Amino acid sequence: MNRQIVKLFALILGLYALLFGFTSYWSVFDSDSLKANTANRRPLLEEQTIERGRILADDGRTVIARSRGVGKGNNEIFVRRYPLGSLFGNPIGYSFVDRGRVGFELSHNDELVGNKTEFLSVLDELQGHAQKGDNVQSALNENAQRAAVEGLAGRRGSVVAMVPSSGEIKAMVSIPEYDPNSVENSNTFKRLNSDDSAPLFNRATQAGYPPGSTMKVVTATAALDSGDFTPSSVLSGRSPIAIEGVPLSNSGGEQFGDIPMTTALTNSVNTWWAQAGERLGKDTMFKYMERFGFNAKPRLDYPGFQLATSGVFDGNKLLGPSDAIDIGRVAIGQERLRVTPLQMAEVAATVANQGELMEPRLWSKVIDPDGREDELNPAHQSRVMSEDTASELNDMMQDVVSEGTGTAGAVSGVDVAGKTGTAEISPGVNDAWFIGFAPADDPKIAISCIVEHTSGFGGPTCGPIFKAVAESLLGGSA
Amino acid sequence: MSARTRELFALIPVALLVTAGFTAVLITNSDQLGNLSVFYGAYFLAVCVATHVVIRIRLPDADPFLFPLVALLAAFGLVMLYRLDEGLARDQANWFVLGLVLFSATIIFLREYEALERYRYLIALAGIVLLILPRFLGHPTNDAFLAIDLGPITFQPTELAKICIVVFLASYLNERREVLVVGARKFMGLVLPPLKHLGPLLVVWGAAMVLLVFIRDLGSSVMFFGAFLALIYVATARISFVIIGLLMFVVGAWFFAHTAAHIQERFDIWLDPFHDSSGSGYQLSQSIFAQADGGLFGRGLGESLVQLPACHGGFPDRCAILPAPHTDFIYAVIVDELGLFGGAAVVLIFALIAERGFKTAILAEDGFSKLLATGLTTVLALQAFVIIGGVTRVIPLTGVTLPFISYGGSSIVANFILLALLLMVSDKSRRRVRLQNEAAAQ
Repeated sequence: MNRQIVKLFALILGLYALLFGFTSYWSVFDSDSLKANTANRRPLLEEQTIERGRILADDGRTVIARSRGVGKGNNEIFVRRYPLGSLFGNPIGYSFVDRGRVGFELSHNDELVGNKTEFLSVLDELQGHAQKGDNVQSALNENAQRAAVEGLAGRRGSVVAMVPSSGEIKAMVSIPEYDPNSVENSNTFKRLNSDDSAPLFNRATQAGYPPGSTMKVVTATAALDSGDFTPSSVLSGRSPIAIEGVPLSNSGGEQFGDIPMTTALTNSVNTWWAQAGERLGKDTMFKYMERFGFNAKPRLDYPGFQLATSGVFDGNKLLGPSDAIDIGRVAIGQERLRVTPLQMAEVAATVANQGELMEPRLWSKVIDPDGREDELNPAHQSRVMSEDTASELNDMMQDVVSEGTGTAGAVSGVDVAGKTGTAEISPGVNDAWFIGFAPADDPKIAISCIVEHTSGFGGPTCGPIFKAVAESLLGGSA
Repeated sequence: MSARTRELFALIPVALLVTAGFTAVLITNSDQLGNLSVFYGAYFLAVCVATHVVIRIRLPDADPFLFPLVALLAAFGLVMLYRLDEGLARDQANWFVLGLVLFSATIIFLREYEALERYRYLIALAGIVLLILPRFLGHPTNDAFLAIDLGPITFQPTELAKICIVVFLASYLNERREVLVVGARKFMGLVLPPLKHLGPLLVVWGAAMVLLVFIRDLGSSVMFFGAFLALIYVATARISFVIIGLLMFVVGAWFFAHTAAHIQERFDIWLDPFHDSSGSGYQLSQSIFAQADGGLFGRGLGESLVQLPACHGGFPDRCAILPAPHTDFIYAVIVDELGLFGGAAVVLIFALIAERGFKTAILAEDGFSKLLATGLTTVLALQAFVIIGGVTRVIPLTGVTLPFISYGGSSIVANFILLALLLMVSDKSRRRVRLQNEAAAQ
């Protein structure tokens, strides 16, 4: 019988080896895909038990988002609250167990839930700390947000304000806005999601608008920095002129003679700039567009699916210099050019920062529960143009505000550099733009503004909004 | 070093493990370190040492590792239950003490386990009555009749019944194994046992089917029938008898799988637990998700998610994210908190217990002792396999307890009686070996 007993033991060991094999499969080898299984609610439930860090405005005091505890002891869960409601709705987004996350809440999730390196979390565990999220201070400024919202006054559009030297985003507004607190309710969420005015859509980073004449800043950069033009280079400003064989007119059919570039920018002369674009050619134009960040997603600390690329599109297909493109009309912001308000703020900020583009950033500081701070280290994105080019362009853009189409953007006591844009969508319906920066001699802030589908022109419509947002940020120095 | 001294020394690390486990849970739950866990550890050690003294007096030559290994499983169970719910751990500690008392009583009052042979038909009858009892006195849980209510406590008679059946089979097969082998005939390449001796074996098969149909307890019937086949194999050395038995069981199970909806459903869930992961497949998919959270080293005692957040209405009956974390699914909680290492440790302990049990069977001199030790060891080892296998989706999930670890009085008490019988067999055979060695040395 002993031989049979040994065989029986071998069978039992074989069965136990199966148990070990299956356990190791579930707990180690297949673990990651099981955690990602949509039927697995454990990660979501667990996250609810972590006190998510606060999101603060740039002053380090104003609370944009905080977590409120519900229940007691081991049973406590945390729910997100947004004390300022819709004011920061679009850039910050929301975070709810049943709704998921978007915006800043998503892109900074790791810090907000306190996910750390393996080593640090082991240390925390040994000290018996419950996982607690870090506070994240954003670069967004409450006053600038309010100024932008009030300036847009309910009109659909967007404002982005950026610090030229650091890339920090001081204001990001998209109208219509939404209150992130309300998203928790599934009916409200459904309604917002199906609303034709798309309140959940962050126009600042997701919407592609025709840039109109604000694109002339890009064209001017290409013209000056390539060495093909100087501020005094002369072209004809008469109207109409055939561009790519199709006649192009100036705004209102206005006639200009042979004029220098400075005059052409101040008065936003379409025919002049379209000819300049044709002379520069597609390769040069695209080279400078790409230096500004076109043709790629903006390097913002934001979820990729909420970032749109700026460039020339055929439907959803991004076009390049080898495609059939009317580059003369691209040079004046027409053709099939689509840009985001964020991209145009980056254009203004680049000129303001002496030709150096900084990567845009929504965060400025991470503060862990023990008070340790990690501050933003500004990152250079590209040297778009020489300092000389930037300085020449700065002067020309000051003329736009002091005597040209952008006088409505003037800020008292401070020199402002800017460029207006009016993209005609259909007769009498425009997308109105203004991009610029101030103070012109020592730029502290660069701003882009767009109002959708308005009867007004860029300068008169967006100039005052630029002014209000700039004043809210320049404060005492203005 | 004598066997008993080895046993005593082996108990000390077990008690230290209990202390360490309770300490870990206490720190996680309350952020404070008191002397409470030392008290629990000392209490555990004291109870075990007291039992050790009983073994030392009555069974001085018994296997020195079986009791410490079982104490280690019980320690695992107590710590996990304490981590789930303090009240459950307190109950279980009481059951643990009662189990040890009955363990000691069995050793003290049943002086010669061979006496059981004389009452084998009575014992078999008792076993069958115990099996059928819940169908008439009990209420169904999860569609299966497993327990009967005795005032404040519920009692699972199958746990005791398995010992009765093993004792009967060991005795019966020991007596008949010669005729079963000699009278066998060949039929279609298979060696068939003689028909007139087949009767009682058919009764056992019938009992397993009864379990399946009336008690609706697939787990216990697999366990019983497995032990039965193991004993037939060891007694007759005829693998063909095992094949016939397996075929009979599969045919029976297949038939009932198509007529009894709950068995059919168990199979469907086993084949694809994620198909209806919020409905019928909920338990098994949650079990697998819990294990996935564990990884190699686990989340740490007290660190895993066992309770639904913001749920009111009692734990673990209502608010457990993984149902029955203290009974059927305790292995998944162990893997969650202690990782693959923790789970492997549990399986390894059962493997070591099986090794000591089968060693006992090999050392035993007479057939009854061999078959009894084999049967007891097999039924215990299979029970662990059936529930861990169910929880890890090796086999369809069926509700039996994880011996010595799961919450439940009947399980722990019955398994301690099983251990007492095993140690009695061990004492007898090892004494003979020792005396032989001493005689040879002189």
